[in-house]
Amino acid sequence: MRERAHILVCGGTGCVSGQSKLIMDEFKKEAAALGIEQEIKLIFTGCFGLCAKGPIVVIYPEGAFYGPVSVSDVKEIVSEHILKGRIVTRLLGTDTCEKGVNKSIAESAFYKSQQRIVLKNCGLIDPEDIDEYLAYDGYSAYEKAVTQMMRQQVIDCIKASGLRGRGGGGFLTGLKWQFCLEAKGKQKYVVCNADEGDPGAFMDRSILEGDPQSIIEAMMIAGYAVGSDKGYVYVRAEYPIAVSRLDIAIKQARAYGILGKNAMGLGHAFDIEIRLGAGAFVCGEETALLRSIEGKRGEPRQRPPFPAVKGLFDKPTLINNVETLGNIPQIILNGAEWFAAIGTEKSRGTKVFALGGKINNTGLVEIPMGTTLRTVIEEIGGGIPNGKKFKAAQTGGPSGGCIPASHIDTPIDYDNLIALGSMMGSGGLIVMDEENCMVDIAKFYLEFTEEESCGKCTPCRIGNKRLYEILERISEGKGELSDLDKLEQLSHYIKDNSLCGLGQTAPNPVLSTLKYFRDEYVAHVRDKKCPAGVCKALVSYTIIPEKCIGCTLCKRVCPVDAIIGELKGKHVIDTAKCIKCDACVGACKKGAISK
Amino acid sequence: MKNITLTINNTPVTVAEGATILEAAKAAGFNIPTLCYLKDVCQDSSCRVCVVEVKGARSLVTACSAVATDGMEVTTNTQKIRASRKTTVELILSNHDKKCLSCVRSGNCELQNLSKEFNCDETAYEGAMLKFEVEDNNPYIVRDNNKCVLCRRCIGACHEIQSVGVIGASSRGFNTYVGCAFDKPLGETPCVACGQCITVCPTGALSEKDDTQKVLEYIADPDLTVIVGTAPSVRVTLGEEFGGQIGADSEGKMVAALKMLGFSKVFDIDMTADLTIMEEGAELLERLKDTTAKLPMITSCSPGWVRFIEFNYPALLGHLSSCKSPQQMFGAVMKTYYAEKTKTDPSKIRVVSIMPCTAKKYERMRANQAASGFADIDAVLTTRELARLIKSAGIDFKAIKSAPFDSPVGEGSTAGLIFGASGGVMEAALRTLSETVSGKPLANVDFKAVRGTKGIKEAAVKLGETEVKVCVVSGLANARIIMDEIKAGKSNYHMIEVMACPGGCVNGGGQPIQSANVRNQTDLRIERAKTIYNKDKRANLRKSHENPVIKALYKDYFGKPGSHKAHDILHTTYIKRKKFT
Repeated sequence: MRERAHILVCGGTGCVSGQSKLIMDEFKKEAAALGIEQEIKLIFTGCFGLCAKGPIVVIYPEGAFYGPVSVSDVKEIVSEHILKGRIVTRLLGTDTCEKGVNKSIAESAFYKSQQRIVLKNCGLIDPEDIDEYLAYDGYSAYEKAVTQMMRQQVIDCIKASGLRGRGGGGFLTGLKWQFCLEAKGKQKYVVCNADEGDPGAFMDRSILEGDPQSIIEAMMIAGYAVGSDKGYVYVRAEYPIAVSRLDIAIKQARAYGILGKNAMGLGHAFDIEIRLGAGAFVCGEETALLRSIEGKRGEPRQRPPFPAVKGLFDKPTLINNVETLGNIPQIILNGAEWFAAIGTEKSRGTKVFALGGKINNTGLVEIPMGTTLRTVIEEIGGGIPNGKKFKAAQTGGPSGGCIPASHIDTPIDYDNLIALGSMMGSGGLIVMDEENCMVDIAKFYLEFTEEESCGKCTPCRIGNKRLYEILERISEGKGELSDLDKLEQLSHYIKDNSLCGLGQTAPNPVLSTLKYFRDEYVAHVRDKKCPAGVCKALVSYTIIPEKCIGCTLCKRVCPVDAIIGELKGKHVIDTAKCIKCDACVGACKKGAISK
Repeated sequence: MKNITLTINNTPVTVAEGATILEAAKAAGFNIPTLCYLKDVCQDSSCRVCVVEVKGARSLVTACSAVATDGMEVTTNTQKIRASRKTTVELILSNHDKKCLSCVRSGNCELQNLSKEFNCDETAYEGAMLKFEVEDNNPYIVRDNNKCVLCRRCIGACHEIQSVGVIGASSRGFNTYVGCAFDKPLGETPCVACGQCITVCPTGALSEKDDTQKVLEYIADPDLTVIVGTAPSVRVTLGEEFGGQIGADSEGKMVAALKMLGFSKVFDIDMTADLTIMEEGAELLERLKDTTAKLPMITSCSPGWVRFIEFNYPALLGHLSSCKSPQQMFGAVMKTYYAEKTKTDPSKIRVVSIMPCTAKKYERMRANQAASGFADIDAVLTTRELARLIKSAGIDFKAIKSAPFDSPVGEGSTAGLIFGASGGVMEAALRTLSETVSGKPLANVDFKAVRGTKGIKEAAVKLGETEVKVCVVSGLANARIIMDEIKAGKSNYHMIEVMACPGGCVNGGGQPIQSANVRNQTDLRIERAKTIYNKDKRANLRKSHENPVIKALYKDYFGKPGSHKAHDILHTTYIKRKKFT
């Protein structure tokens, strides 16, 4: 460390939208004003993970973890911390500050149980500077693979590591590579699936934003292993930062001779092109993705043949998700045994989750497989805000299901989640509390898949629409008990009959909520009540007279003048006028409004 | 090829490697219902009607697309499968315009059949339905998306078979529909009007524009002379509409029925097919002589093909023969020569053609197709429309007696008849050209190399001293291959016959619709062409230039093939078109 201080400012999408770029500029300005530009190093990094505390600034050598930082805080950080060596404790996160003293990030509750393999460089290096990647062993895995290992040895290593696809299916990665190696054909392709579409998921985005070179290196290793000289990264156009950093990374790698006809001078050709997705969720399905790269409508096709045999432009194609690839260089460098020692028997390694919903520490976490849901929610996630009760965790996005509080001690791995009626999916983890209505949740996810269905096969195109219509009826209080059986029957039909993974998993949110929260459905249908008070048609707002102090706050926010009452007198809601907008609930300081 | 053995419902069956479960089941004696699958056209596995259980598979498997493997254990009729198939059809019905009573396909609808077969409840999954306006603003194809089941066979026909590709899936999820780019109406796209999409449609979502009322009004008008001409291939398909065997010859009954319908005259367009040969033959000989002329010369009988080349290879239009199609020559001859001969005012003549083709409805409206000053052709009916007309007139087609075509321009040679199958135009031309060039009669008039269902056929034939290389193409995807060769300067043919529809007119877009169940087992093209070639084999008059009607036509009226008058009346011009304007 030549400089006195390294200032790391988070350049992930979340922090950037929190103006972290302006914070960078402010640091530059302040340093210039003080004439200490040469003494500090400013680094715009990838995501640190603790998005809830963003924008985040970390300063070494102390490892002070500041967040949330605003532009106006920069002056103080520079004058106090940089110039005087006094950590600005008021900006330290509660997690990284103990009795006013800065605590090591690694020991904080948020990071303590995490193990960062894929995210190793995220929040550490400048993703737009290949030299920083090289300094952290970058491309030494490729060099090792090509100079010390035969193709089959590379694949055997991946196989032995037990790595499974992180995109959702959980297929054994090494086996996929083997199939592609064995497939006949001169031209083969390596495709990176970066079409991350689950609502609330941003693992792949963060990896591409924080460490794009690692994905390039992994694709090069894959290219060497299966015999391909051409790679495509299919990434969502909605990820502009990821796309731009990946583009910069590819150009830098080309300029360094890392990508090209004689990659790293080791005798193999490999180059990568970026293809932008137009935002259709179904293009995350591998066959739809490949069609989209070909310039066709992104629609899945029946498998087999699998892409490894007949993929892009009908050529054998290895298609792996970003996070899967993110593991590859580390496995090659550290060996299969190292990786296989992490996690559970059938799910090795770590998994990155995007933690969201009713949880204090929303953000990106990477945990060893087998970590319990409780650890993730209570320790890493810092629990539920406002002291509410944990109700369920939704994993796997629209393809997954809801895991109820009774299963909070389940060790997270592929098979356990499936056994619970959910799935790993790509890694979205949405936490719900008692204020979430599970019928509403099922409806939300189904509305998503119903809209994102490509419309090709009957079960998904019409079945999911009908399924959604039943849920709509139920949430409007028009359901009948027989609808619950119909939901179940139609759900199983759609799972069994749909063409691709989207349809085959679309009913999971319905089935899992029906399984664990049937009483809530029954309340909607039989009692015409929404216990969580979410389904508008089933909620009526009343003011509890004992709690009302007549402050008129509720009356003043009501947009339709549905609240009657004088100052210091009891207030009443005219339910005929009430539009159930919830404004009064938010305004009342006494919790006097019930629904 | 290797054989594999699997079991279907515990019945062992051995099939060639690569066979689908559907094919293996058929071999084992089990029919699996299908909806979207149509051999050679669509294997999208989108409808999910053909699901079966395969031991060890994660979910149900579509028999139409899944390849059978050695040792596979398949069950095709469990409770789960029955329930699944039923739900699938009920879901389709829940978003289907169920006006079956007035549907053109009622009684010949694959969805209706499946619904009946599975004992479906059409109200089981009632819910929101999509609403589309019926698109009938072009003269050939009507699209009613309210009846579309999204099987995508039409897309397969348009893209894979024809390489026209003007229709595709639009929007997504429940809102998915088949439409054109930018939601343009079909008539404003490079659609060639071939109608292949109609013949593959399992329901009434696609149909021909119905012109039967117009024809009935002509017939009902006492001031009009209404002449009808029948295309070569219609006689071998019309019977299918009345329960006849595929390809059964119903020429006599067809003529009788037309007379019973009240047409003034019933003529055979085989005759103007002969005329086409005379004109086209002369044109080729001219081109062979002229070193600056465009070769290969390509036939122009198929209006779908003409529209295709106009849109896709406008720079190569010089290769197209300037001859009108037999239909248009027929109309032109009727309103000029025949009108003069019978002293009829051409403005009082209506010429109706019975065609295997929807593109003919469009061809009639092309520019430069009015030799007499009045449109050569006034109305075009497809084989299907004629059948409807016959049925609606109460004519008992099975029972009626045959009748002959009318004189004096009724007779055609079987060289004209074989126009109905791919290769027929070429064979007829070769018969005439060989004899005209050498001056000697042919020992054998059969040119078998140009027959059959292969998409691209080649032959080399001696015309006197010159060896002429010919090529016969059917299906526009095949035509594209040949045209790309010409474009690249790699083509060494002298003459090419192109028919837009695979197999030629016997498989035209206006022909009777056979369900996938039939088409997956039987090649309609083979069965229908067989009858045509059998008729040709038995005939005495097998060469166009020997047809006495043709001889009289030239003697009395046109002078010689390629004459000035012939050019005025029997030839036309083409237009360079842009795909999207």
